This record gives sequence, C-alpha cells and structure tokens, in this order.
Amino acid sequence: MALLEIENLQVHFRSGDGIVRAVDGVSFQVEAGQTAALVGESGCGKSVTALSLLRLLPEPPARVAGVMRFEGRDLLQLSEREMREVRGNAISMVFQEPMSSLNPVLTIGRQIAEPLRLHQKLSTPAAGRRAVELLDVVGIAEPARRAGEYPHQLSGGMRQRVMIAIALACRPRLLIADEPTTALDVTVQAQILELVRSLQTQFGTAVLMITHDLGVVAEVADRVVVMYAGRKVEEAPVDALFRHPQHPYTAGLLRAVPRLGAAAAARLAEIPGTVPSLRVRQAGCAFAERCPRVQPRCGTEPPPLRATSAGRWVACHDPLPAPTST
Amino acid sequence: MNRGAYVLRRLAATLPVMAVVALFLFSLLYLAPGDPAALIAGDNATTEEIACIRASLGLDRGFAARFVDWSGRVLQGDLGQSIFTALPVTTMIAQRIGPTLSLMAVTLLLSVGLAVPLGVLAAWRSGGWVDQLVMAAAVLGFSVPVFVVGYALAWLFAVQLEWLPVQGYAPLAEGLWPWLRHLLLPAVALGGVYVAVIARTTRAAMLEVLRQDYVRTARAKGLAPAPILFIHALKNAAVPIVTVIGIGIALLIGGAVVTESVFVIPGVGRLTVDAIQRRDYPVIQGVVLMFSAVYVLINLGIDLLYTLLDPRIRY
Amino acid sequence: MSANPTLVPSALPELFPPLRPQRGWIAFVRRHPMVALGAALLTMIVLLAALAPWLGTVDPTRISPIARGRVPSAAHWFGTDMLGRDLYSRVLYGARVSLTVGLAVAVLASVLGLVIGTLSGFLRRLDGVLMRVMDGLMSIPPILLAIALAALWRGSLGGVIVAIAVAEVPRVARLVRGVVLTLREQPFVDAAVAAGTCTPMIIWRHILPNLAATMTVQATYICASAMIIEAILSFIGAGTPPTIPSWGNIMADGRAIWQVKPHMVLIPAVFLSLSVLAVNLLGDGMRDWLDPQQPQRI
Repeated sequence: MALLEIENLQVHFRSGDGIVRAVDGVSFQVEAGQTAALVGESGCGKSVTALSLLRLLPEPPARVAGVMRFEGRDLLQLSEREMREVRGNAISMVFQEPMSSLNPVLTIGRQIAEPLRLHQKLSTPAAGRRAVELLDVVGIAEPARRAGEYPHQLSGGMRQRVMIAIALACRPRLLIADEPTTALDVTVQAQILELVRSLQTQFGTAVLMITHDLGVVAEVADRVVVMYAGRKVEEAPVDALFRHPQHPYTAGLLRAVPRLGAAAAARLAEIPGTVPSLRVRQAGCAFAERCPRVQPRCGTEPPPLRATSAGRWVACHDPLPAPTST
Repeated sequence: MNRGAYVLRRLAATLPVMAVVALFLFSLLYLAPGDPAALIAGDNATTEEIACIRASLGLDRGFAARFVDWSGRVLQGDLGQSIFTALPVTTMIAQRIGPTLSLMAVTLLLSVGLAVPLGVLAAWRSGGWVDQLVMAAAVLGFSVPVFVVGYALAWLFAVQLEWLPVQGYAPLAEGLWPWLRHLLLPAVALGGVYVAVIARTTRAAMLEVLRQDYVRTARAKGLAPAPILFIHALKNAAVPIVTVIGIGIALLIGGAVVTESVFVIPGVGRLTVDAIQRRDYPVIQGVVLMFSAVYVLINLGIDLLYTLLDPRIRY
Repeated sequence: MSANPTLVPSALPELFPPLRPQRGWIAFVRRHPMVALGAALLTMIVLLAALAPWLGTVDPTRISPIARGRVPSAAHWFGTDMLGRDLYSRVLYGARVSLTVGLAVAVLASVLGLVIGTLSGFLRRLDGVLMRVMDGLMSIPPILLAIALAALWRGSLGGVIVAIAVAEVPRVARLVRGVVLTLREQPFVDAAVAAGTCTPMIIWRHILPNLAATMTVQATYICASAMIIEAILSFIGAGTPPTIPSWGNIMADGRAIWQVKPHMVLIPAVFLSLSVLAVNLLGDGMRDWLDPQQPQRI
C-alpha cells in the first residue's frame, strides 16, 4: 500500500456565473520516501490538487469528491478536528509565496514553535529551543537571533527556509511543496531544492513537488505526473519521461524548454492555442484543439488512461512512439 | 529616530490643527449675535455704561487683537466666563465632567467588547446567517438616532419592566452597582452607532486579513479556528479597527449631548444643551474647544499605538 | 505501482446542480433584497411627503386646546400633541422638512466638497492650507460643530442646513482630493494636457465623470447623516425653528410627557428611522453597484 493514494479526485467550484471544474478525475500514488512531481502549466489544477489534499479549500465555493487515502485512511472522510491533527503533523505544506506566507506581526521563532506546541505538546520554552535548532537545520545563520525577528527582516530565500522549517518541524511523512522556488532567484532556487533533498534523505519524508518548471522536475523527482486542464495525461518515472514522452502535451512541454546552444535565431517551440475553459466539460480529449497528432475521434471520445509499460500511464488515443535516436 | 522624538513630532503636528479649531471657534464667538456687554450691564443701563463695560472687557478692539488675547487665556486654562452664571467656564465643565466621562467609558468598553467579537464572527462565517444578521443590525444601528434608541430602551426596560432606572446618575462614590445600573441604558443607547461602525470595520478588516496567505499557512499547520482568528488574524486587522475606535469617539462625544438629555444625566452634555437654550456662547464654545482638544489627543494616542501593533511601522 | 486507471471525466459525477441564469427585476430583488427594500421604503415616504395635502391632513400648525394630548384614534390617526395639533398632519408635513434638509445638505456639502477637493488636488499651494482647515473642522465632533454653527443662526431652516453641511464638507473634500490626486497621474490626463486642453476643461471632461459614482454614493450617506443630525439639533432646541414641523421638533415637543404618552415621540421616531434606514440601504446598494472600492462610511 502506497503512502498516498488518490483516486478520481474531483474539485469543482461554483463561481458567479458558472461551474469551474478545476480538477476533474485525477488519480496517482506517492510511495513513502519518494519524490513525486506534479507538472503542468498555470491553471491546470495542480495547486488545487495540493490544497485539497490538506482540505484547505473553503468548502462552500468548492466541492471535493473522490478518494484520498493517506496511510490507509481516506482524508475526505475525516472530521475537521481529525484533519487538523493531520495538518502540519503527518502531512505538511510549503507554499509558493514566501513573502506573504509568514505572519508579519509574529516572530519567526513563535511561528515555528506553533506546530511543535500544538502537535507534540511541547512547552513554550522547549518549543522555542527546538525552533532555534530547526532554523539551524535549514541553514539560517545566527538562528537564536533570527528567532526573535519578524518576517519583514528576512530575505525571500530565508523566509522560504523558515517555511520549510515550519513544515518539517513535526517530522511529517509527506511534504507537499507547491511551487516552492517559483518566486525566488535562480541561485536561491538551487539552494532550496538542495535543502529539500537533503532533509528528505535525513528524515525519510515523501515529497509531492508541484511545479511548472521541468528543470525542477529533473532535479528532484523520482516519478512525474503531468496534468492538463484538470486531468492527468501522463505518468512515468522521471528518466523515462524525459527520454520518451508519450503524450503530445508532455512532448510539447519538453520542446518548449529553451536550450543552450540552440540556433540563436530559432523561435521557441510553443504549443499553439490556449488552455480550454474549465467551465465547460470537454467532450473528448481536452488537448484535442492544440494537439499536432489530433485525430477525428479525439474530439468526441475522451481517451482512457492506459498503462503502456511498467509504471507508465498515458491518456491518449495515439501516444508517441519511442524515439529511434536519443 | 527614537521614540521620544517621534512622539514630540506627532504632538507638534497637532498644533496647526488645534490652531484652526481655535480660530474657527473664536470666529463663531466673534460673530455671535447678542452683546455680552449689554447683558452684563442690565436692562436699564445707558449706552455710555455699556460702552464702558465693553471697553473694559476688551470687546472694542479688532479681530486679530482679540484672538491673540483669547488664545493666550485659553492656553493658560481660562475658557472665559459664562454669560448666564458668571462662573468660569472651566469650573462649570469641571463640575459636570464626572458623569460624562463615566458614560463614555462604560459605553466604550461595552461597545468594543461587543462589536469586535461580532465583527470577527461575521467575517469568519462570511455569507452565513450570522454575517447577514450582524450586517443588518449594523445598518439599523446607523439609521436609528441615538435619542430614539434611548427612549425605546428606557420605555421598555425602565417604564414597562422596571428593571433599570429611567433616568438620573449615581456617582461612583455611592457604589459600583448603582453607578452601573444608571449608566447601562444610556450606554447601550449611546453605543448603538459606535457598535455598528466598529463591527462593520472589524468585519471588513478581518475579511481582508483572512484572505491572506499567512492565514492559509496557519491553517496548514493544523491550528484551530480560535487561535487563527484571534492570534493570527486579529492582530493584523488591529490597525484599521483601532483607528475607527478612535475616530468613532467623535460619535460618543456628540451623542453624549443628546443621551444626557434623554436620561437626565448631569454631565457636560446637559450643560451644552442648557447653554444652547440660554445662548450662553462662551460655554458652548468652551465645551466644543475642550472636546476637540480631547479628541485630537485621543487620536494622537492611537497614532502612537500603531507602532506597538505592527512591527513593520517604524518610528 | 500507481493507481487504478482513472475514470474519464464523463464517467464522473457533476458535483454541482446546473445553474439557472436569472434575469429581470425579480432576480434583482432576490439578489439585492436590501436595496429593493430601501428603494420601496423611500418611495413610499417621499410620496407621503409630496402628497401630504391630499392625504387627509389638516393644518399642522393649528392649535386646538380642547384636543390636547390625545392618543391615536379615528379622529386623529396619530393622536395630538400638547397643543392639540394633529400629529398625523405634523408627521406628514414634517417628512417634507426632514427630506428637504437631507437632500439640501447632501447637495450643498457635495458641491462645496467637490470645489474644495478639486482645488486642493490641482493647486499644490492651496492644498496645504485647505487640508489643514479640513483637518481642523474634522477634529470637532460633527454634532458639536453643527451646534456651534446653528447657534449663530437662530430660527432659520437655511441656517440649519448650512450648519450641517459645513460639518459634512471636510469628509467629502478629502475624498474628492484623494480621487483627484490619483486621477491626475493617469495617462489620459497627460494626453489631454499634451493636446493642449486647458485645466478647467480637463476637470470638466475627465475628472468629474470619474468622480460621479463616488460622489453619488457619498451623497446618500450624507443625506442620511443630515436627517439624523437635523433631528438631534431640533431635539435639543438648536435646529429647525419650532414653527416649522420637523420630526425632531415633534419629538422635542413630546419629550416632557413621553413616559405617559409615548406615541408623541415614538411615531415620528419610527418615520425618521425608516427614512434614514431606507437611504442607508440605498447607499449601500449603490456603493456595491457603482463603486465597490469605496470604504464604508466613517
């Protein structure tokens, strides 16, 4: 049994004049200690998936359906109180915007100590000491002094380290990282990814990395799940995905990454067209309008998710064949 | 810059404002109909006698000279003399200030104690029936004048049910409970608009804060609603809430005038109403000046409070 | 290692029932019940005020010593006051006064505030002085300010209107100034200047239309506030002269015996509260529709 098993997850929102189907049938698993990446462009539903894992979406505008089994328990069946015991404890999350994800009027030390006091029932002084230790673990210099400072006194990279410290304070079994490096400089990005990787090895935490950046995927992921317009279109081990993408969308994403050494005047290979509106349930394949390999039945028949080899799935009527050369 | 210098700087900034207030009020006094000299002289005085009195009071000089004179006296604490009683205005105010301060203090505590939690609740359960109820009650609070609320409350609780006294005031010296029970209905009446304003602002500020990323982080840690609302959110919403508490004191001051009338409380408000009916301009002007100064100082205090509430505000 | 094959979306349920778009004014009432209520209330009261002479009223100032202090009855629908005047007539004619005061103050304060705010926004040198004066006026609690001014003009309805308006002007002026300062930085103003448009034309054509929404909303709030202040002023004897029936006056007349005959205070109180409530509801509704960015009053 995998650590996290998601089956047919659906997240729909009722907005003013329509229903937005942000996630419409996504399934995947994450094994203990493993890093899985959830990839897709903005608006494909990957962040919504992450937020719904911890049930952080406000329920009145949103409705969630499906099964989310964590260590055998379906998270969607838990009461709010039981869910609060999971959050920050067994499953933690790091968000995209370090600049705004920390409370500006509370000290750093206080914010790190909070989950320790809540879940591990540490006393305030003990939690404070542990917070300073955690600041050291995530690589912040002068941790004792920093613990008494406020978020606005720290840089973006440092704040993200603090967020990681908060997330890992109670040794969660699963860490969800929602675009943790997108808002940071490239050099800081590398440091943060390295930090996550080392902490993962140290604590044995499984990581679900949400990102749109294939570079990040290549760095940290063991398995990759590709999402498009609220659906999963491909899943594969990372090497296999990069070498042989089977879904035309994945291939398009890989082609669109600019490469050093390419002809200077060459255009960036883009995927023509735009993402379809999530307010309308597509009859056939969501990617049909933009797919270079589109066939007549793609517009009417939704492609089922098929296993193509051990550990690989594709939702396409006509997946790409393996390349003859690398 | 250290805190002391900051305080002094803010204090200095209030001076031009107070100067404008002083000029304005003095102009009103200057333009007021009626001749204080004639009133003092009496009905049978001759024109020479009146002119003599006028000269002795310095009323025959020009505007600027009289303003300087008057300002000087005000700064020394002399607000002039009542035309009606010939007592110094400051004395008359001092005699009546106790009940007014009591009323305003009780109203302030009750109102803030009621309005802030209501606003927080409405924001937390935004869109639900609590929210709609609080919003509807707020609009009602704005719409029903103070004295109407006063009469309605008095009629129900004092005349019909006889739970509380209809009117009057018991000084604190006579005991805490008598003091409170005389002030309860007036405080509720006076606080109506105040509660509405604070609750609305609290709700709006909390809604804004609850949308922020750091609240989402707090939820992701597994915190329960209470610590999220009152520790994470409220402290961030504090600045606009405290601001409106300060500005709203103007409502308390203005409303006290009327409330003291309805409930026959012998405070500065009653003094003002009497002065209006007797056209006792120095008293009116003295009271208004005093209240304005108090109002400016209170808001200055709130200004300084910001630095304590939000560590990002530097001085 | 991974999940069972996912069901295709068409095989998965819809989580929300289908929405039906609503049109027409029934939908409007359902979506904005408060605004509809406010509009209905205000229309009714305006009609009552306008049609007062034809709604079974008598001369509101006619004194009748034999009919003093009557409770509501068939002869006098709202009873009579201590001078025997018919309260029903007084309340209806009083509606005219209160509504007129509200409207007049709103218009006067808006115009003055507009002028001051615009001047302040455009002329740097005047800005400092004007805003100091506005700050000063705002430091005086509004009712006290109105009292101090109204005390000067005894026995004049116009005086009351001016007094209340002066108390409301600073807030309008600040609001207008803020908007003007923001608008001045907009590219379309630069374009107009570059095209050689003179300043008054810029104000007229570019600035004012953008202010219209904000000012309309603000005007409704001022109207509501003015009606209340007028009532308070009349109540303490600093407002509308006693010869003219206004709701505040009527309540003031009934003060002395309110414990015995509450209807004298209660009935005009209800009318006043409903009117102010109606205007406030309308104001909120207009704000939501025209200018959602504007902070709520105070």
